Amino acid sequence: MPVPLLEMVGITKTFGTVTANDDVSLTLYPGDILGLLGENGAGKTTLMNVLFGVYTSDAGLIRINGQQVRIRSSADALRHGVGMVHQHFHLVPCHTVLENLMVGQKGRGGRLDRKTVLDALSEIKERFGLFVEPHALVSDLTIGEQQRLEIIKALIRGAKVLILDEPTSTLTPQETEGLFEALRAMSSEGMGVIFISHKLQEVRAITNKVVIMRRGKVTATLDDIENVSRHRLAELMCGHEIVPPVKDPVTPGEVLLSFRNVSTGGTARSRLKDVSFELREGEILGIAGVSGNGQRELAEIISGMLSPSSGTMEIKGQEVGRISPRYVQSLGVGRIPEDRMEIGLITALPLKDNMVLPRIHDPRFSRKGILKPRAILDFVTRQMKVFDIRAPGPEVRTGTLSGGNLQKALLARELAWDPLVLLADQPTRGLDVAAAQFVHQKFLELRKSGRAVLLISEDLEELFTLSDRIAVMYEGRINGMMPIEEATVQKVGLLMAGMEAAA
Amino acid sequence: MTFRLEPREHTPVWLNALLPLLAVFATLVICSGLIKLAGASVFSAYAILFKSALNSRFNLVETAVKATPLILTGLAVVVAFRAKFWNIGAEGQLLAGAMAAAYLGALKSFPGWSLIPLMIVGGALAGAIWAAIPAILKTRYKVDDVVTTLLLNFVIYYGMMALLNGPWKDPLSGYPDSPDILPAAEFPILLKATRLHLGVVVAVVATLLIWFLVRRTTLGFSITAVGENPKASSYAGMSVSKVIFLAAAISGGLAGLAGVGEVGGLHFQVMAGISPGYGYTGIVIAMLARLNPLGVIPSAVFFAIIITGAEAMSRATGVPVFLADVIQGTALVTMLIALLFNQYRLRFKRVSHE
Repeated sequence: MPVPLLEMVGITKTFGTVTANDDVSLTLYPGDILGLLGENGAGKTTLMNVLFGVYTSDAGLIRINGQQVRIRSSADALRHGVGMVHQHFHLVPCHTVLENLMVGQKGRGGRLDRKTVLDALSEIKERFGLFVEPHALVSDLTIGEQQRLEIIKALIRGAKVLILDEPTSTLTPQETEGLFEALRAMSSEGMGVIFISHKLQEVRAITNKVVIMRRGKVTATLDDIENVSRHRLAELMCGHEIVPPVKDPVTPGEVLLSFRNVSTGGTARSRLKDVSFELREGEILGIAGVSGNGQRELAEIISGMLSPSSGTMEIKGQEVGRISPRYVQSLGVGRIPEDRMEIGLITALPLKDNMVLPRIHDPRFSRKGILKPRAILDFVTRQMKVFDIRAPGPEVRTGTLSGGNLQKALLARELAWDPLVLLADQPTRGLDVAAAQFVHQKFLELRKSGRAVLLISEDLEELFTLSDRIAVMYEGRINGMMPIEEATVQKVGLLMAGMEAAA
Repeated sequence: MTFRLEPREHTPVWLNALLPLLAVFATLVICSGLIKLAGASVFSAYAILFKSALNSRFNLVETAVKATPLILTGLAVVVAFRAKFWNIGAEGQLLAGAMAAAYLGALKSFPGWSLIPLMIVGGALAGAIWAAIPAILKTRYKVDDVVTTLLLNFVIYYGMMALLNGPWKDPLSGYPDSPDILPAAEFPILLKATRLHLGVVVAVVATLLIWFLVRRTTLGFSITAVGENPKASSYAGMSVSKVIFLAAAISGGLAGLAGVGEVGGLHFQVMAGISPGYGYTGIVIAMLARLNPLGVIPSAVFFAIIITGAEAMSRATGVPVFLADVIQGTALVTMLIALLFNQYRLRFKRVSHE
């Protein structure tokens, strides 16, 4: 047996009364690509934060190449060859690729050492096929390129173990394949990769072993992942069986939302260019595309945050003249924003306040500027029960809830007003299987009751499961739209990459 | 032993209440070093300081009178800081209010009964306007509010000094004092033979109103929301600029009222030393109150005790009165450190060698 690259033995970490990691162990040999699976709150992130020096564990030890090490900061982690690519990138947008790679590097005699970094960059291109143009500005890079840059950054700092947190959620299928090739190259050079993901088929495609966590404990360590069905994996993650949602046939009714030749300002790639579409009662329209190709602008217009520079939006046949969040809401738009932690909710405030945030001026919650605390509390308590939001109470600080409960809170807030059109932007990103299923169920219920859902997602599986039609955005245009029966991953992937629709 | 800070998942309720008390305690411990240095006994110095502020009816009243402007500037800072409008300018807004009150209180063309209401409204308005300038600069042109609110303090202070040495110079004595307000404009005294004036009531009523504003109105709700996350607030349909502007105006108005109280209830004129930094002390008070309006009263009373008691302590023990200033500054630092533990916990860890 070779010496393991990394061993985490008996890691235990508690926060007050909550045990986030309970006697967790995992071993990574050279060449391993280990999938770390688990629902949100299962303790994956805590475990990786222990490994990366953000937390110190209460018990347990970490060995690297057989040597016990103490990792107390990310600098320690990097020194021991542990690199991490977070879900949210840590890059300086207004600096070039090269400058970002040099952050934290020692210079030579007080001068920046460009040469060494450039050499390292071409070496990494050679070895792993990973490359980003060094003089490009980070703000001009696609999300896929930014992620590649983060990986290169970790490699340049000498990572032997690379942690990737949900790395494929923002990539096209083709980009994902490119990432996998690089990971395989790293594996063949004897590096180790820890791959955190919810996407079971990807975990099966790229990893050679899997550690599954539930409620802070390891529930399974599997070395023969090819022989385990997706179904079984999902069960091990959630602790119960998963039933896929049923999509009843629904005949689309009248048009609820329409865009007519809408264009906006913005960067060359993301600004909308002459976008038109219609969304009908009982319909779910899926918007596919690599992020940064106009989805945000589209979502912002519908949410009332951005006015088109030309063209019009109509809701139920009525032109929306003055676009504002309050006005579109009053016309019947419900909104699930992409970034629930920063835009949708105010994490520092109590859950109660967030549940009424966009409707605080509604006569239900206030009169002449005076709040109705009783009515607010009743509303929140009821919605918490109906949507099964697991929280200690309405006064709990919102930021302490899990991602799934946050999303349920947003849904509970928006669906309370029976919206005609629900805009859902990345509604299940970062959610565990059970929570994602809950969200999907709600969308299908809306569809059945004759409402419309505009679903913007980077998760193709989600789009294919729910949508009645799929539109693909590329460089601010709708590059192709098709009924779900005609859609294939291949076709959508090509449209996402900018290919013309095959006639 | 080593220690490090770790983010907390939950903040226990008792900790919230305990933190200001711990900060005050730490402050007194730290400042005891200075008392020792001045050659006095720590315990007797602190005993005299607290006792002398509270031991007689007269002293209690003086403490309350001292607390009055502090409550109002404390509230001013609470409202502004909740919206993350960093109003360091309560001092200047207080001066604006004081000058407006001195001007309005001396108007002979108005009926006597109208003067006090006029001073209160006019003084609050003057403070609000003075605070509106940096608010507009911030929301329109993104000019840093810390810098503008602070610097405007000096602008208005020297503006006031120019007035006092020019048009407002006392014609009889030639001192740089403004003319006295009319007797009808003087705040009524609530307790015979003391200085307990109407301003105390104004401060208490303002506290209750601001508590109501923060906890029970859509505006207060919006102020807190905008302060915590302007992006999410604007997504929810709030006008961030408008909310910041209103918070700034209310803040300035409260500071202006502090100035009105000093003129109408205590000095009956403006002069150079009308505020020994009440606006700045308001910042410490607001922080110690954890930006909770109801917390402002105990917090302001504490500093009023320190300020009034320091004199007696100085006379009895020889410790310089400046100790009061040191305590104020130290309390701000200890409170800021204490707030850290609201979100983080200290973890001790024994270094193990194997």
